[in-house]
Amino acid sequence: MSLVLTRINVHHHAAPGSNALLDINLSIASGEQVALIGPSGAGKTTLLHTLACAHKPEPGGEFSIAGVHPWRLSPAKRHALRTRWFLAPQTPPLPPRQRVVTAVLAGRLPQWPLWKAIVSLIHPREAAKAHAALMRFSLQEKLYERVDRLSGGERQRCGLARLLMSAANVFLVDEPLSALDPRLSRQTLAVLQDEATRRKATLICSLHQVDLALENFPRIVGLRHGRIVFDLPRAQVTDTMIAALYQNANATKHTAVPDLIHTARANSSPC
Amino acid sequence: MSADFSCPPDPAWRSRVTALLIALIVLWPLLVASEFKPWQLFDKQSLDATGHFLRGFFPPAHSKEFLLLLLEATWQTIAIATAGLTLALLAAIPFTLLATETLSISRLESGHMRFISLLIRQTARWILVLLRSVPELVWALLLVRIFGLGPTAGVLAIALTYSGMLGKVYAEILESSDARTTQVLLRNGSGRLAALCYGVLPATAAELVSYTAFRWECAIRGSVVMGFVGAGGIGQRMDESMKMLAGDEVFTMLLVFLLLVACADFVSSFLRKRLV
Amino acid sequence: MPPTYAQHQPVIQPAILAFLLSLLGFIFASFYSLDLQWRALFSGTAIHTSADFFHGFLPPALTHAFLLKVGQATLETLAMSAVGTGIACFFGSALALPASGRLGTWARRATRLLLNLLRSIPELVWALILLIAVGLGPFAGTLALAVHTTGVLGRLMADALENLPTEMEASLQVNDASPAAAFCYAALPQVLPQWMSYTLYRWENNIRAAAVLGIVGAGGLGQMLKFHLALFQMQEAATVIIATLLLIALVDSASFKLRHQFSA
Repeated sequence: MSLVLTRINVHHHAAPGSNALLDINLSIASGEQVALIGPSGAGKTTLLHTLACAHKPEPGGEFSIAGVHPWRLSPAKRHALRTRWFLAPQTPPLPPRQRVVTAVLAGRLPQWPLWKAIVSLIHPREAAKAHAALMRFSLQEKLYERVDRLSGGERQRCGLARLLMSAANVFLVDEPLSALDPRLSRQTLAVLQDEATRRKATLICSLHQVDLALENFPRIVGLRHGRIVFDLPRAQVTDTMIAALYQNANATKHTAVPDLIHTARANSSPC
Repeated sequence: MSADFSCPPDPAWRSRVTALLIALIVLWPLLVASEFKPWQLFDKQSLDATGHFLRGFFPPAHSKEFLLLLLEATWQTIAIATAGLTLALLAAIPFTLLATETLSISRLESGHMRFISLLIRQTARWILVLLRSVPELVWALLLVRIFGLGPTAGVLAIALTYSGMLGKVYAEILESSDARTTQVLLRNGSGRLAALCYGVLPATAAELVSYTAFRWECAIRGSVVMGFVGAGGIGQRMDESMKMLAGDEVFTMLLVFLLLVACADFVSSFLRKRLV
Repeated sequence: MPPTYAQHQPVIQPAILAFLLSLLGFIFASFYSLDLQWRALFSGTAIHTSADFFHGFLPPALTHAFLLKVGQATLETLAMSAVGTGIACFFGSALALPASGRLGTWARRATRLLLNLLRSIPELVWALILLIAVGLGPFAGTLALAVHTTGVLGRLMADALENLPTEMEASLQVNDASPAAAFCYAALPQVLPQWMSYTLYRWENNIRAAAVLGIVGAGGLGQMLKFHLALFQMQEAATVIIATLLLIALVDSASFKLRHQFSA
């Protein structure tokens, strides 16, 4: 499914607490895999939320998804479009007392009638699918654990397993690796890309790890201060461009450090 | 760790089914014992009785003498609650002093309390438990047998129950305060009462008063209810009207009661907001 | 600037003084207007009467047949409290949805008004009204507890729902889950432990209420107590009171254990 943004502006009041987007022009073809990079606060999350129709852009711009303009539709029809994409937030909002199997199966909710959703709370339906999805992230052991017994990294992959359960063919993934060590990062990214390729789904993924982005994604979009600085095939992205992108952005110079702290804290969280 | 490709069965399923079965097995005798027959609500006879009673609600009684009587009864209810709570407060203070561990002198000296202090402290606690465990309505029922019908039984019933509650909670509040100030005072030879006034009270006064205000609100509800066993006030009048099936009087009294409870709620929350 | 020690501060501010004085006046007026039998209260005869009265309790009646009756009444009281709380839990959680504003502002206001009304009228008054509708017996008491507790629980549960962080539900809805499904999978698992512990707290409260509801004729231990006291059968009354205290202690500890299990 293709996504086209033309002259899109998103203001702060549409996305309180996050960063505005200024004059974004972006066209992503169906089945393409794109990495969003840029310093913290560049607007990566806002862009993903805009693509998921969670933030409404300012009038004047154009946003279409597979040729359909979601903000010109009635709310009901726009809501019906939502089955087509899946937005995975950076810290997956999973209820702490829920079991992993239920949290993962929540990705099936758009496909399930309400009675099935309620029955599944008591006796999980399609548990085998949840098990298979977790297995791809080596989390199958945690199937019947409670979410609050998981470490931060496990919780993050649990949120991505929910993505595998969905029927979406646009994956909008926000910092999927922020709580993972390098080995798990590679494995997790590989699972996401395999799944996208298999489904011929579009994958748009914001990343802090520039090396991983350059290594794995054919197309790189650099964001800074809410604007697109470059949008190039990876071969054309140079070290100078990366340096300029992150210049004076001291938050990102130390990305590894806060991430490590985050992971450590999540891991040591009491059960 | 062997690679297991099959989905394991839900380990919680069996305990969920067992819990459900146990709940059903327990529920059955409970429903029988409580004579749970909801259809009774809808059979003709009880619908008629209810309808007749409810129709009697309109118009609410509003003759002058009835309203005057009601006003007097309402004041009596408030007075019973206030007088009862005052007595409860007076009784609770010595119990609190006995029950609070922070004010123990012997523990300060040797690290543990003397046996005799421990005994007194534990006895004080048990008396408080006994006082508050017997519901106020049971106290009222017993006291009406001693003092006859009228407000005396109500005041004493509130005094007894609430001294138990106040004593317990006051002791908890005092113990939750910082123990060091008190210990310094006690170590330097000040008496127990002085240590209380200068060490603990300044830090906890607001909380103590706020809890007392909350209990006063509860005492007003309690004193209405105690009227039903003959302890005076609006409850006694309501019981009489109810027995005569005088719906109009019952309705007026319900309205007055709701107003009274709302006022007490307002006053007590106003006080608490000002203090905390 | 050095502190000025000579600065004079009034010990009590005038507003507080006025409040304290009016409070004292209020308390004095209460005692004065009540016509309390102080003399009866503190005279030697009163102490004597009370001593006689409480002496009459001993020894509590412990015949086999009577204990069986008390056991029956205890079960009845326990059943009233448990079934009443259960019904209230059901209707309270159902009413918590509109009362938390999920179905619009008007539904919220109307439901909150209803809940306040149910809550403000004590169980005992409800029991008196319901006795007319369903007749004497434990069912009236059960309904009275259920009605009052629905008001209390409905409001507490609605507040719990309103205080919930919204992002979990929002993230399911942005990915096209229906609002009802998102509620079941995001809001419910978060509030359920809190709802359970509120319900158990109310159960502790309701066992006390159930023990006295019988006094107006709604069955259980209260009815027995009133009956035996009316006949001045003090030893039987003592047994009933002891049974009440034991039942309250039992329910308190059961509820404590259950609450710990749910919050683990």
